[in-house]
Amino acid sequence: MCGIIGVIDKQREFMDGSALRDSLSIMNERGSGEGAGYAAYGVYPDYSELYAIHVFYDNLVEPKTQVEDLLETWGMIEHDEEIPTWEQNGIRKIHIPWRYFFRPKTRLMQRSRTPDDEIVKYIVMEVNKSIKGALVFSSGKNLGVFKASGWPEEVANFYRIENYEGYLWLAHNRYPTNTPGWWGGAHPFNLLNWSVVHNGEITSYGTNRRYIESFGYDCSMYTDTEVVAYLMDLLIRRHELTQELAVRALAPPFWEEIERMPEKEQKLTKALRLTYGSAMMNGPFAIAVASPDSMVGFSDRIKLRPLVIGEHDNRLYISSEEAAIRTIDSSITNIYMPRAGDPIVGRTIA
Amino acid sequence: MTQITINAEGMHYTPLNKLIRQAVREGVSEIILDNVMGQRFISDGLIGDVKITINGIPGGDLGMFMKGPTIEVFGNADHALGNTMDDGTIIIHGSSGDATAHSMRGGTVFIRDDIGYRGGIHMKQYEDKRPNLIIGGSARAFLGEYMAGGLVIMFRLHDDTPYAEMGLASGIHGGEIFIRGTVEEWTLGIGSSAREATSEDMEKITPYILEFSKHFNLASSFLLNSSYTRIAPVSSRPFAGKYTWE
Repeated sequence: MCGIIGVIDKQREFMDGSALRDSLSIMNERGSGEGAGYAAYGVYPDYSELYAIHVFYDNLVEPKTQVEDLLETWGMIEHDEEIPTWEQNGIRKIHIPWRYFFRPKTRLMQRSRTPDDEIVKYIVMEVNKSIKGALVFSSGKNLGVFKASGWPEEVANFYRIENYEGYLWLAHNRYPTNTPGWWGGAHPFNLLNWSVVHNGEITSYGTNRRYIESFGYDCSMYTDTEVVAYLMDLLIRRHELTQELAVRALAPPFWEEIERMPEKEQKLTKALRLTYGSAMMNGPFAIAVASPDSMVGFSDRIKLRPLVIGEHDNRLYISSEEAAIRTIDSSITNIYMPRAGDPIVGRTIA
Repeated sequence: MTQITINAEGMHYTPLNKLIRQAVREGVSEIILDNVMGQRFISDGLIGDVKITINGIPGGDLGMFMKGPTIEVFGNADHALGNTMDDGTIIIHGSSGDATAHSMRGGTVFIRDDIGYRGGIHMKQYEDKRPNLIIGGSARAFLGEYMAGGLVIMFRLHDDTPYAEMGLASGIHGGEIFIRGTVEEWTLGIGSSAREATSEDMEKITPYILEFSKHFNLASSFLLNSSYTRIAPVSSRPFAGKYTWE
């Protein structure tokens, strides 16, 4: 069991993180105090063209030197600093969160259509696999993930989340069941512009992991959610599927449902199932995925985890519980539960 | 008759439930809860003859193990309301989440609008304990899954097409479901069968139609004059031979 809440403002109007903290705290019983986190888009307007790379360091000696050597090999660190934190009773600061604003040297990666993204992806994988005592947990442009082991309010206050302003937020309250709670295992998970929060478990993790690793992604966080971030990056950035089709590949309809579809839709859905058989996710899950211009929510095909959607003016909300949405927006009237497996997509229009 | 009002704003469910229990012990007959926002487990295990009015959005497991009270909610409810409820009444002026009336064993739940997936999962009955789940709107897939007893009635007030959600009464081995109108053949789950409701069936469900109409201030004639489909188990042991060989 976990709690998720996400909101996107389609006109990119900014909200500070305090409402998300209050909303996530309503669902404290969905967590166990072992992990909470927030992802916010639009938080680094002064460095919006640079990759904001967040790293957890165990110490500031060897791991930091090695990470900085790698960054400087592949590009330029234009600015870096410790991510400010404030001591909380419930949080043991076992890692030091650091951030870099990084400009890759595009010419070093010629074979890709998105060379800068490929360089940063390579760096993230390399650090997380090979550099002991360093973990990159956020690597997109003009966005940041802020997470730790603790309760939602503690983690929010640790980072003073109210000091950050974003037009799109994801937040997560974790109840780890299959792997230990640790800072890197807290959600959101992020790679480049993709951030993911997830309630449930992906029982097809083994198959999905083998599939995604064959495309050069390394799973290093001891938990199933990271494959979702990598699958979204593969299907949407590299294979150029729409969000809707990517979700249909990950949580496809059952064969008997496909048989009842009109011919054209049937053909498309069959092709997706056959092409992305190893990307299909099984098990109970509700997931919200963010990118700079969209937020997508979907659940597993037989709805084993809750998912509630709210819409009000320019805002779309995705949550585990209606009360969490109403905590942010008390005057909202359009609240509903989407059909299992159906993607709910909110896109920016500004 | 005494009445008290509790402002639940910002209150955790534990102190809230303590206040409710204390009031019931002191003989209060009506409790109004204002500004409820996501507090789960409200009125769980509560025994007594008390009316609880909730203004707001209660969290999951509302009225779990409850024995006797009447709860009326002016708002939507979350997951698993009426979970293993023993006796009493829950009336929701709105919708409710997944696993509504989960494992319910007595009493009656009225939902004005829709419910989520797996409504009435594993409802049961024993001698005179017979739970009822009455739904004004529609239910998502797996309604009455593994149902072992009790009665589900669904009016689908805003739909005229045949019911089309998969896994209807999948694994049902007791109890019965009535759905206004018809159901698509493929919706029927393992071990369930459907036929048109008879006049005898109508006699059985009429009191619930009247009570539903009264709670939500609707004219009952439309519901009384509609035709219904009855879904019931094919056998009391749909999975005999699935895990063991006899």
